[in-house]
Parts: sequence; structure tokens; C-alpha cells
Amino acid sequence: MKFTLSWLKEHLDTDASLEQIDHALTALGLEVEGIVDPASQLAGFIVGHVVEAGKHPDADRLQVCKVDTGNGIIQVVCGAPNARAGLKVILAQPGVVIPVTGEALKKGNVRGVESQGMMCSYRELNLGEDHDGIAELAADAVTGTPITQVLLFDPMIEIAITPNRADCLGVRGVARDLAAKGLGVLKPMPIAVLKGAFSSPIAVSIEDTTACPQFVGRLIKGVKNGESPDWLKERLSAIGLRPISALVDITNLVSYDLARPLHVFDAAKVTGDISVRLSKDGETLAGLGGRSLTLDSSMIVVADQAGPISLAGVLGGESTGCTETTTDVFLEVALFDPLRIAAAGRKLDLLSDARYRFERGVDPAFVVEAAHHATKLILDLCGGEASDLVIAGAEPHWRTDITLRLGRVEQVVGMSVPFQRQQQILEDLGCTVAEQAMVVGNSEYGMIEVLKVTPPSWRADLKAEHDLVEEVARVEGMDAIVAVPLPRQPSPPSVLTPSQRRVGWVRRHLAARGLIEAVTFSFLPRAHAALFGAAENPIALANPISTDLEMMRPSVLPNLVAAAGRNLDRGLADPALFEIGAQFDGPEPGQQRLIAAGIRADGAGPRHWQVKRRPVDVFDAKADALTALSAAGLAPDSVQVAAGAPSWYHPGRSGQFKLGNKVVALFGELHPKVLTALGIAVPVVGFEVFLDEVPLPKVKATKARPALKASAFQPVERDFAFLVDAAITADSLARAAKGSDKALIVDVRVFDLYVGPGVDEGKKSVAIAVTLQPVAKTLTDQDIEAVSKAVVDAVVKATGGQLRG
Amino acid sequence: MDSLETLRALALAQVEQAPSLEALEAARVALLGKKGSISGLMTSLGAMAPEERKEAGARFNVLKDEVAQALSARKTQLEAGALDERLARETVDVTLPIRPERQGRIHPISQVMEEIVTIFAQMGFVVAEGPDIEDDFHNFTALNIPPEHPARQMHDTFYFDERPDGTRHLLRTHTSPVQIRTMLSSAPPIRIIAPGRTYRCDSDMTHTPMFHQVEGLVIDKSTHMGHLKGCLTEFVRAFFQVDDVPVRFRPSFFPFTEPSAEVDIGCSREGGELKIGKGKGWLEILGCGMVHPNVLKSCNIDPEIYQGFAFGVGVERVAMLKYGIPDLRTFFDADIRWLEHYGFQPGDVPTQSGGLSR
Repeated sequence: MKFTLSWLKEHLDTDASLEQIDHALTALGLEVEGIVDPASQLAGFIVGHVVEAGKHPDADRLQVCKVDTGNGIIQVVCGAPNARAGLKVILAQPGVVIPVTGEALKKGNVRGVESQGMMCSYRELNLGEDHDGIAELAADAVTGTPITQVLLFDPMIEIAITPNRADCLGVRGVARDLAAKGLGVLKPMPIAVLKGAFSSPIAVSIEDTTACPQFVGRLIKGVKNGESPDWLKERLSAIGLRPISALVDITNLVSYDLARPLHVFDAAKVTGDISVRLSKDGETLAGLGGRSLTLDSSMIVVADQAGPISLAGVLGGESTGCTETTTDVFLEVALFDPLRIAAAGRKLDLLSDARYRFERGVDPAFVVEAAHHATKLILDLCGGEASDLVIAGAEPHWRTDITLRLGRVEQVVGMSVPFQRQQQILEDLGCTVAEQAMVVGNSEYGMIEVLKVTPPSWRADLKAEHDLVEEVARVEGMDAIVAVPLPRQPSPPSVLTPSQRRVGWVRRHLAARGLIEAVTFSFLPRAHAALFGAAENPIALANPISTDLEMMRPSVLPNLVAAAGRNLDRGLADPALFEIGAQFDGPEPGQQRLIAAGIRADGAGPRHWQVKRRPVDVFDAKADALTALSAAGLAPDSVQVAAGAPSWYHPGRSGQFKLGNKVVALFGELHPKVLTALGIAVPVVGFEVFLDEVPLPKVKATKARPALKASAFQPVERDFAFLVDAAITADSLARAAKGSDKALIVDVRVFDLYVGPGVDEGKKSVAIAVTLQPVAKTLTDQDIEAVSKAVVDAVVKATGGQLRG
Repeated sequence: MDSLETLRALALAQVEQAPSLEALEAARVALLGKKGSISGLMTSLGAMAPEERKEAGARFNVLKDEVAQALSARKTQLEAGALDERLARETVDVTLPIRPERQGRIHPISQVMEEIVTIFAQMGFVVAEGPDIEDDFHNFTALNIPPEHPARQMHDTFYFDERPDGTRHLLRTHTSPVQIRTMLSSAPPIRIIAPGRTYRCDSDMTHTPMFHQVEGLVIDKSTHMGHLKGCLTEFVRAFFQVDDVPVRFRPSFFPFTEPSAEVDIGCSREGGELKIGKGKGWLEILGCGMVHPNVLKSCNIDPEIYQGFAFGVGVERVAMLKYGIPDLRTFFDADIRWLEHYGFQPGDVPTQSGGLSR
């Protein structure tokens, strides 16, 4: 919402400075988005008087002028044709910043003649486009006075209006708020009833009063629709509206001045009587500005006998638009259903000042008066003769009575405002207020003092007591609210649930492994979703921003792989990323799971003089997954690892961690086909840990750890190598060994794997280191011999292999 | 000079001049070995008369000890030399690079959310969560945004396709639905914050289709707007780690709060550099207000008995302001250069006692 200071002052009698108004508007919740004040750039410019103008000795088009500054005479070289002796000019002296260039003026030397100042044009001061020469001031301007005291500048103010403040979409509403805030007095605006000279030949009927409760019309004949007078054109131009013709400009003026949209039809082009009705499906209207609209039955139209002549409250029709030749005009002042207006505007993608106001709600009690006000403007600017009013429908019911309890403001806002002051504020905003004592609610407090408040018709947003509380707080000023610390318990409770807490642990442990945390979008392209298992159950947005962001992600991996690709394209080697976030399993609230996922692409690290560079492999991903699982609270021993993972992994180089039948994590090299589809040419490994599936550790009664059982005897390590079928897993071999003597064996580690000469085809050699930890006595050779035999027997039994000689 | 003295001089010279540990060992064998010259002297004692033997034995022993000591001293000397020589041989170029290690990072959004949680934890707030996919009731209706309310146009909502019953689910446009879920599932007093992802159908210089918010909600019998101001003042001062940053409440409008306010903090822009603290300028950082009675009613809470406040902080916004991150869109690019520059070390856990950030 834009307006100028002088426009505001037509409604507000005030001595407040622009700065005070600026502060007050923001403090009222009418946030100032910008102020354009031409005067702010004009400090230093003064009125100069050209005493003498003579030819430049060395240039035909230049003149050398002697200019009186009020404080002496200076010499100015000037190229303007209108520079002449006796002229009062706008003078800049060295040091003054010229608005159009933003640079400070320096003393110059023009073709050998010194120039000690500059006489300015309006364009150079950003005051207009006229560039026929230097600005000519009135002859009585006093030489030497600052220019800001001679020329009148009208600052333009732009404020943001929240959707609840329909009344402030007119300058008068803004003025009323400022008056309530104490920045002046709202000027009265008497509107005289303008009697008609004849009865309107055009009648109006309303088919559906929910769509249009009231329509007031009037014919004005014999108008002359020319250009608007300068004051009106300037006013509209100042807020960025293009002046069109007097009739159209009047409708814009009233819209911005009083938040009251109007429409004018060229009566000569209206066929028969007017009816306001819902449109028919498929009905068309050629709108103003050349828009061709196809309407439907949810939209309201104003129609004549031939069909729709305007999309009510949104856009007028081209065929009945007013032009320079219009002589008879039919004025429309109506109330339309805000919801239907909003819906129509959205459906047809039409933004207009009228729609903007109607959908937020216009004053239901300002229809007939608005018609008189608009008629007077038309008669004043265009002449003509007005008919009687044609009134269809009636003023709808809008009055509500609200009870504001004494003490309620303090209770909710924590601000003590005397009751009298509260009453004053509400009255200044246009409410009718009466003080009473009454029993409220459950009468716990007996009779209490209350204000009976009837909000004005233009404040449909004031419906209940809390709305009045807000008005009091707003006008009194929120700066007056005293900050009070929130009362708190002596020692705050633990704020995170165990599952929230471990997300932080997982995050920091993964980062400690060298993975960089990314946050990527929850959506992705359809093709990517399909690659990661969403083919059967795609969850698509109905209105995506682009097809790249169309589906909810079925896995966190694809976005990380895509991110790795972008980093590789930028020449960043070996990207390693992780993300903790939701993946979506279905379209209902709650059908999402929290995942910790990560990828490593290309090499495991840079080339190094000691360490050979190697490509990332499945065991990098396995290590990452294990880190996440153990950070989430799983003991590594308690999970089983098995081969195999979903289709986006390499079928032979992927696996899963399971707790019983529940998969808690996937890891592996990503399938080459998937990588190709994602445009990645290097190997990528990844993991997905399903954090919600990892059981929470049992809550223990004490945080004390079990006593340390450190043996007094040295552990003993023995190595074994077995020849087994290639299909036997290392894990099953190690588990068999470990289970062979649960008392002595504390650790079994696979330390070698061999396939090649000396080992038959289809077999492999697996070497394990078994750690024995005696607890009661040092082991004898016989003891060790016995355990070794148990290990070999158990492994042979479990795997069908044999000890390698 | 008798022969013993000659032997002594020769023996000591042999030991002291031994050029290597090997030569020294040879000297030891030649002098003190079974067939060594000094051992030979000892053997000769047997042929001597008792008187002579006693006197000669004493002299021989003195010589033997002296030579043994010299051997030991020379050995120590030679060993030290050999070690020095070995160490000199072993010298490496310590300016060579270490074996590659990878530096992980925590994303600024995670870090800032943890910072925010840390501050509110200390004021007794607990962390609540809710789903990203929401229904109309939780995201709008219960928050006093009825269908066709103009305020719905303030939210550019992502919708899903119509369900069999004609309703449409959506991606939550704010974290406020967590307020509703919390109030429906627990009774006052309530003090929660709810961090999470939020979505709006908007993408330009200053908007991304996904962003993060932290919602706050306090419901009890006595919390008023002064507490809201106190709570948020404490928050912004702790978060920005500027003790005297001015805080301003500016009236605004949100359907789910009344009175509603936007919160600005003071800043200066001197020399083109944004500094949070006392200054001429103001920066909008969050929206807040007293929970609207209709919202309480939607959650079966009696607004005549209970009241409280709610607020919503844009996580990226405050992260950008605190850490000088210039462009919102870069948060979601996963550009490693950006993540390494603006991200945080895994060990830098924000705490209130140790300071939120370095």
C-alpha cells in the first residue's frame, strides 16, 4: 500500500514529522517498507540568482554566468539554453552531491574558464524527466535559501498491510490508526447526499444475495471523460498508478483513498438492465486489457441482457469499458462475496486492486455513501447529471458486541493500561464503547467492570475480546511490554527423548569418520525415485516446483549420489557425504522413517607417498554403517550381517545388518546401472541405517557400570588356517570358532584370506587369530592344546572344511 | 719397567684404541679370554711360591679389574657412537605429508538447531516432533486458518493428489502443526520446541522449496506476552552471543496468535558490514504471539483457563545472520567447498556452559 504524505494529511491533521510517522506506522503494525523522500537528497542545494550571463569566449553554446548565492557572487559556466540574467535557479556548490550521479560536485574548468558551481535541471535532482534546460524557480524565491524550503516535496510512503487490516488498504484507514496512536486528529469527512435529477433507465437485480448482498448503481449522463486534472494525475503517478482517464482515475482514487473499489460502465454499451448472478460454466468475457476469460459457475458476474459485462469485483469487461467518447456512465458500488472473489481471482490468475480489497473485505456499511462520494467526484471532474440511486439488496448484518473485561489486557499481554485509556483507544479506532458492570462467565468474580464494545463496520477483523486486547496492545505500543523471564524449574528436565539424543551421536560419529553432513531436499525427480524402489508406490506432489522436485524421496541415497556427482563435476575428488533425514514410505502423515545415509565416491583418499590410492569398496560402507549403528546404541556383536540388499546395490557386494528378522541397515557398492542412470562414472558405495528400527537401550536403574573383570593372567593368541568351500562365510567360521570354548575364547579375528596356487579351485583359505584369556591360572601346554582341538573340531563341523597343514 | 707394567700399557692401549665393537670384543678375548694374556698370568700363579703367589696374585687382580673397567668404558663409548650413527642414518624428511585423513563436518542447520535446543533446554522446553506430510486439519484448520481464509495465500502449499475421501494431504508449511499434535496428546502445562523441515512452493533468491523452522509453545495458566518478550530476549542474546542486543516487538498478524508480533533485533551496517547489536538498523528474525483462543479450542483446551505463547524461528535465517552466510540457496547444494567452509567440526558440540560456538 502506497500513499504520499500530502495525501495522508488530507485525512490526518498533524504536525508530526515524516520520521515520527515512519516510527508510528511500524509500531502500529503497518510496517514501513520504504519511504521515498526527494528532499532527503537535496540538502545543500540553494536558490541562486543569475545576475549576469555572457558568452563563453571559446565555445558557442556555453555561457559564463555570475550567480548570486546570497553570500557572494560566483562564476558558473552553463550549457543550458534557458540560462539568462535575472533567473532564479537551483544552485549546487562544490561538495554538494548531485542525486542523479551520486557524486560530489567539484570546481571545474570548462574550456579555460573556471566554473565554481552548477545550475541544475529537475532531472539532475531526480525530480522529473524534463531536460529542456535548468530548472526555473519563481521570481520571488529568496536567494540563498535552501531549496527544500522553496519547492514542495511530497514523500511517498509504502507500507505492508497484513491480511486482517482491509481497512488500511485506504489512506483514511491508515490516518485513523495514526490518530489513535496520538499523531494527530482524523479530519471529518462529511459526505452529502446527492439527489438524482431523473430515475435511472437501467435497473439492477441480484439473483443470489450470498454472492452480492448489495449493489448500488447510478447513471450519470452528459459527462466528458478527458484527462484528469493535474492533482489527480500526480497523486496516482506518485504511487505508481498510470493515469488513464478521469472516470477510471476516480475509481482508482476512491479505491486507494477509502479502500472502496468501484466500477464504471459506459452506459451506452450496456444492453438493457443489469443483473448480478453466478456465471454459467463456459461463459466467456473479454476483460479490460485484452484478457479473454472463460468463466464457471463459481464466479460472480455483472451481466446485461447480452451477457456478462464484468467479472464482479475482479475485472471489468472490455465491451462496456469507459473511453474518451463515453458520455453516459453507469456507476457500480457493490458488495461481493470475498471467498468467491478470491477463488475466481486465483483460478483465473487475475490480480487487481479491486480483487485485493474485496477478498479481504470492504466496509459493508459504506456503499450508499460511497456512491454519493463517487458521484460528486465524477460531477466535479467530468460534469454531467446524475440519476437517482438504484439500490438492489440491502446492507448486510455486520454489528457485533464484544465484552472486554477489566484486567484482561494485563492478564494476556502483561501490560498495565488504565481502563479509561483502553476505552479511548477503542473509540479512536471507531468503536462505540460503553462502560458497564456485569457478571461474566461463571460469575466466579461476581460483578466486574467491563467495556461493551461495538466495533465499526470497517473492522470485520474485530470479533471477540482477544481482538480488542490486541488493538489496545498495538496502539499503546508493544515497546511498553516489560520483558519478564520465563519462570523455570530449579534444574531443567532432560529435553531430548532417547531417540532424539542418539540422532546427535550418530551425526557426530559419522562426521568423525570423515563424512561431511549435507542437507538435501526431501524431493527428487521421478526417475531417481524409481531407481530407489519407488516404482510401485510413488508419492508425487500435485504441484511441484519443477519435475526435478516432483516426488517425495523413497531413500536419502539418490540425492547424496546426485550431490556427489555435482561435486565431482566441480573437480572435487572423492566426495564423502552423509545426511540424517526422512525417507517417505507412503502418502499419509507418519509414513516416514528417519534414516542416516551416506555415500563415498571414487577413491578412499588422495594419492600419498606411502599409502596406495584405492577405490572405495563395500567395506568402507560397512564400516560407516557399523559406526552409525553402534552410535545409535547397538552392540556390534548383537547384529547379524548377511549378504544381499535391494536392487540399487551391487548384487554381490552389498549386505545388510539384521536384528532377528528386522533389517536395521543396508550397505554396499551401488549398482553400476543405477550410477549410470544418475550420470556417475566412478564407483560409489553407500549405506542406509534405519534409526527408528534400532531398539532403544533399556533404561537402567543406575548409571554405574559393571565392575571391571581384568584378569591377572596374560592372554594367549593362537593362529589357525582352514581350507573351506568358497561359499562358506568368514562370519560363520569365526562364530563357530568363538563358540567352541565360551569360557576361554574372548576374541576371534579373521586376519587372512587366500585364494590361488596351493588352494584348490572352489576353495579358500581363511586364517583366524583366536585370543584366549585365562582367568583362574596360567594356561599349560595341555590346556592350550585342548582348546585348539576344540576350535578345529568346531570349525570343521560347522564348515565342512579342514585345518590347513 | 717390569714386564707386568708393559703388559698393562699394551692392554689398555689395545682396549682404548679398539676402533669398533668387534675389535673391542677381539681385544677382550685376547686379554681376558680363556687363552688371553691376563688369564695366562693367572694360570702362572700355580707355579709360584706361596709368598710370591700372594703378592703377584694381588697385582694380577688389580690389572685384571683395570682392564675389565677399560673394556666396559670403551664399550659404552663405542655403543653410543654406533647409536648416533644409526640415528643419523635413519633421518627422514619430516616435512613430508601425513597419511591421508578425512575431515568430516556438521551442517550449519544441524549445528544451529542444536544451539537453539541448548538454549531453550535451559529454560525447561522439551523437544517435540511431527511428520513432514500433514493433513489440512493440523496444518491449517486447527491453527485458525479455515478453508479460503486469505491467510492461506500467504502459504504457498505443496499438495498431494486427492485421496479417495476427497481430502488432500500436504507438506507442512510451518512447524506449527506440532503445536496442535502436542496439545491434543498432552495436557498443560506445556513447554515445547519443535525443530524440523518445512516446505513452501516458492523458489527464488531468498526462498527455497524446503527450509527449517523451530517452533516454540508454552501453555499454562499465567504466561503472558511479557514472558514471551523475556523468553525471546534471552534467546536472541544467548544465540547471537551479544549481551546487549536490542529486541523490538512489532505488531503483526498470524491467524494462530493474537496479539501477534514480529521480533526485530538491533544491528548496525556501518562500513557495509552487518553487525548484530546496538545500532541504527533492525533485522526481522522471527514471528510470535499469544496463542489464539480458537487454536486452544481446536485442541480441547479451555481458553478461559489456559493461555500461552507460540513462536517460530527460521533456522536458515538466524544461521545466515549469525555466521555470515550470504545465500539461502547454498544450504541445500551439498557443495563440499561450502560445507567445509561453513560447516562445524564434529567435536564442537554446543553447550551453554562452554559457550555455544567458538
